[in-house]
Amino acid sequence: MTAQPKTLKILTVVTVLMLAAASLMVFFYAPLEAVMGQVQKVFYFHVAAGWTGMLGFFVAFVAGIAYLITHKHIWDIVGVAGVEIGLVFMLICIITGSIWARPIWNTWWTWDPRLTTATIMELVYAAYLMLRQGVEDPDRRARFGAVYAIIGFLSVPLTFFSIRIFRTIHPVVIGGGDADATGSFDMTAKMLQTFMFSLVTFSVLFVTLLWHRIRMGKFADQLEQLKMKLLA
Amino acid sequence: MNQVTPFLRALGAVVWKDLAAEWRSREMLSAMLVFALLVILIFNFALELDPVGRANITAGILWVTFTFAGTLGLNRSMAVEKDRGCLDGLLLAPVDRTAIYFGKALGNWIFMLSVAVIVLPVYSILYNINLFQPGLLLVILLGSEGYVAVGTLLSTMSVQTRTRDILLPILLFPIVIPVVVAAVKASGNYLAGLEMAEIQPWLNLLIVYDVVFTAVSFMVFDAVVEE
Repeated sequence: MTAQPKTLKILTVVTVLMLAAASLMVFFYAPLEAVMGQVQKVFYFHVAAGWTGMLGFFVAFVAGIAYLITHKHIWDIVGVAGVEIGLVFMLICIITGSIWARPIWNTWWTWDPRLTTATIMELVYAAYLMLRQGVEDPDRRARFGAVYAIIGFLSVPLTFFSIRIFRTIHPVVIGGGDADATGSFDMTAKMLQTFMFSLVTFSVLFVTLLWHRIRMGKFADQLEQLKMKLLA
Repeated sequence: MNQVTPFLRALGAVVWKDLAAEWRSREMLSAMLVFALLVILIFNFALELDPVGRANITAGILWVTFTFAGTLGLNRSMAVEKDRGCLDGLLLAPVDRTAIYFGKALGNWIFMLSVAVIVLPVYSILYNINLFQPGLLLVILLGSEGYVAVGTLLSTMSVQTRTRDILLPILLFPIVIPVVVAAVKASGNYLAGLEMAEIQPWLNLLIVYDVVFTAVSFMVFDAVVEE
């Protein structure tokens, strides 16, 4: 068991500080939005969480390709890490979105392209985890995971477009909302700064979590090997 | 040319093997067909298909039926290979593995289309609606191609897992949502007699999906079967 590298320790502390700073900025620095009021503040972390979720799935996609080319086990660990983090943040994105949508669109949910795509993405990556659970051989698990991460990520834009065409032909009246949260109000300079800072904070948070998760994956491997040794 | 002929011959052999096995047992197609008809029957009562309402949802019912029956076929088609160790035999054959993939996919496609060929007239008679329109047939051709392209790849994976046939729909459905959405809307628009401008975006989407996912499945199939 190796100790945490110093860089990771520092990164973790920096992430915590940045998260605190971002929260303070959201509540005290960013001005109140004129029409929507307090609930608009959810937007800063909502978009940042969505961005982080996509980042996670993208990392899993790239790791999948890398695994199929190199067959290095580390890429499998990276892939799972990406998917797990992506799942959590996409869920945060959906939940915060619902909280915002209730007062603004007057409904928790509407079958808009973004909402639907985010939900389908959650289902795709939940299936990814179930697929891995069903395979015992680690090498095969890694290969299947890589293939599914690639296929799943490629289907996302097509899903998005299919639902977008679907909705442009049959527009949804309920909620009357354009899902484009950034387009429905103009950001002042302070809002933009808060928004950008949240994005950077969440990206740093992503790197920190990914790093921790990859370390954990390596430990899990070591544990597995030790168990094998003990049994042999 | 020397490269292409053995590939096509191997592909043809895999398709022929599947068709011959199916012709002798008639297990899979009969199951798919009965299942498809049952789904339509259940929809009849679940949705109270009165003449006005059903005009709008015919396309949806058809595609749900094809999708469910397709999963049955995909599962079965790979399970027989796995159960009797045939997959290992296939993989030992000194042919390009993508020939095996395309052979299996083509076989599955033929089975899905066969189901459609029987379901369409039955549905037409039962609900007094003419489903034999060239546009609709084109949509079924394109939609089922995308479906089996991904389905063949994913069923090859799912039969090698512990949960096997439960897993296939869970893996497959979220990925084929674009196909189902596009196919339902395109079929519905054809049936409603809408103009080509309304249908074209859906056809384009289907074609893009077919091309992308056939190509990707072809590229990654090796990783799914290698031992």
